[in-house]
Amino acid sequence: MLTVGTGNKAIASAVRDAKPAVVAAYPITPQTEIVEEIANYVSTGALKSRYIPVESEHSSMAACLGAAATGVRTFTATSSHGLVYMCEMLHMVAGARLPIVMANANRSIGPGWNINAEHTDSLSMRDTGWLQCYVASAQEAYDTTLMAFRIAEHNDVLLPVMVNLDGFLLTHSIQPLRTVEVGDFLPPISLPHAIDMDNPGGYGTLTTGDVHFKFRWDMERAMRDSVHVIEETQKAFAEAFGREYGMTEDYRTEDAEVIIIALGTMGKEMEVAVDQLRDEGVKAGSMRIRWLRPFPVLDLAGRDVVVIDRDYSFGYGGIVAGEIRAKTGTEVFSVIAGIGGQEVTYNDIATFVRDRRPGGELWFGVEDS
Amino acid sequence: MIEIRLHSRGGQGGVTAAKMLAYAAFLDGKEATATPMYGAERRGAAVVSYIRIDENPIRVYSQVRNPDLVIVLDRSVMETVNVLDGIKPDGKVLINSATPLELEGHETFNIDLTAIALSLEMKLAGNPILNTSLLGALAKYGLVSRESVRKVIAETFKDERNVTAAMQAFEELKI
Repeated sequence: MLTVGTGNKAIASAVRDAKPAVVAAYPITPQTEIVEEIANYVSTGALKSRYIPVESEHSSMAACLGAAATGVRTFTATSSHGLVYMCEMLHMVAGARLPIVMANANRSIGPGWNINAEHTDSLSMRDTGWLQCYVASAQEAYDTTLMAFRIAEHNDVLLPVMVNLDGFLLTHSIQPLRTVEVGDFLPPISLPHAIDMDNPGGYGTLTTGDVHFKFRWDMERAMRDSVHVIEETQKAFAEAFGREYGMTEDYRTEDAEVIIIALGTMGKEMEVAVDQLRDEGVKAGSMRIRWLRPFPVLDLAGRDVVVIDRDYSFGYGGIVAGEIRAKTGTEVFSVIAGIGGQEVTYNDIATFVRDRRPGGELWFGVEDS
Repeated sequence: MIEIRLHSRGGQGGVTAAKMLAYAAFLDGKEATATPMYGAERRGAAVVSYIRIDENPIRVYSQVRNPDLVIVLDRSVMETVNVLDGIKPDGKVLINSATPLELEGHETFNIDLTAIALSLEMKLAGNPILNTSLLGALAKYGLVSRESVRKVIAETFKDERNVTAAMQAFEELKI
């Protein structure tokens, strides 16, 4: 069906169409519209689901954990302070191998108080064992949320998935949205370790050093296996609904001598900078990282790389720049830009590329960085 | 790509107008995005929304710096905001005003949307409803088709006076 909606509305529509049995959530700006819409779907009967209003994000994830452990499809959404408040439960859910899907509206963490886009919230949760995807349009938010359920619930994965969308830039941007008839694209969930009242067992019991690492190795193996599940799911989605997605979205990279890398909406706007640079004779291309966990294979050999981080690890550097350096061995020009919703245009991005200093770091807007 | 900046006051329906405009453009077979700027907005505060309309998918998320068209729903915002800021040299202005206003250097279109709303007794929380008539004016301006405007308004609002207001604005705007 053709309609228009915000990024938030797109997520809520995908949840309605994926029909989770349980949604437990706490509203927080700029995610609020997601849970309002879902609550509305439940109250009007458009979504036959148990909606559990809770008093905090820690509780919302705890409620999702309990529900998911019974073997039903489960969803929640949060942002910023809400996400870091549920940090402990993020580890619990991944460790318990529960395929919960969560949307996170990327937002800065205070103080100073700021409700605008930044990726430090989700990137600081990158080691919890959740798969992480970053989207760049309302349509991609809808499509990815549907795919997230299939990927998380696949028995080769059984790990939770976080779908990240930029606060306000995408959560509140009104865009065209094409919803689908999900049909058998989403098979019923079948959790092999679901609580079974007829066969009681222990969950989360004490594990000592001689076995605990095996659980962690299992998680890592599932994370590695998730790559083929993601690729297969994205292929099935393209076949069923005609829209194609990859681990990354590559733009004019074939003969590129310099590649720009970013997450989220800036990763889309940088395509306009690429066009501008190409018109000037600069062989530029861009890679928007969609899946940050599992980390994609990036072909960067022999090219200059400019990474734009809307985040920072204090005392270290841009988080995505650091990951790319470590994973590919490539020297990068690291740009810190867009933090707390700082305005960054395609003209600015083109300037980062023109003025690149391989191995250097630039804080956009800071004179002596 | 056509870039539009819409100035209004919180509670006037500027955000809904931006959304309906994007939807109407979409129904016309174009791509469109509408982005309200959120700050410490509240009823009565000067607020800004951005709309982009193009034949191709829109990849730009940053603010509209150089609008092709500036829309002013409440001319009192012009006392504190330079609505012409960054406007393209050939950029145009559309103002909701009872008395015609000419902005130097830019073709200016005036229409009394407030009068249309009041004549139809269209009010919300004491304020005249301006967004549906604005859509009619923008159809006349040529941004979107009259058919799409009619469809979007009928889908968004049950009250048929909204369509009437839009069609009245369509007739009234002199191009």
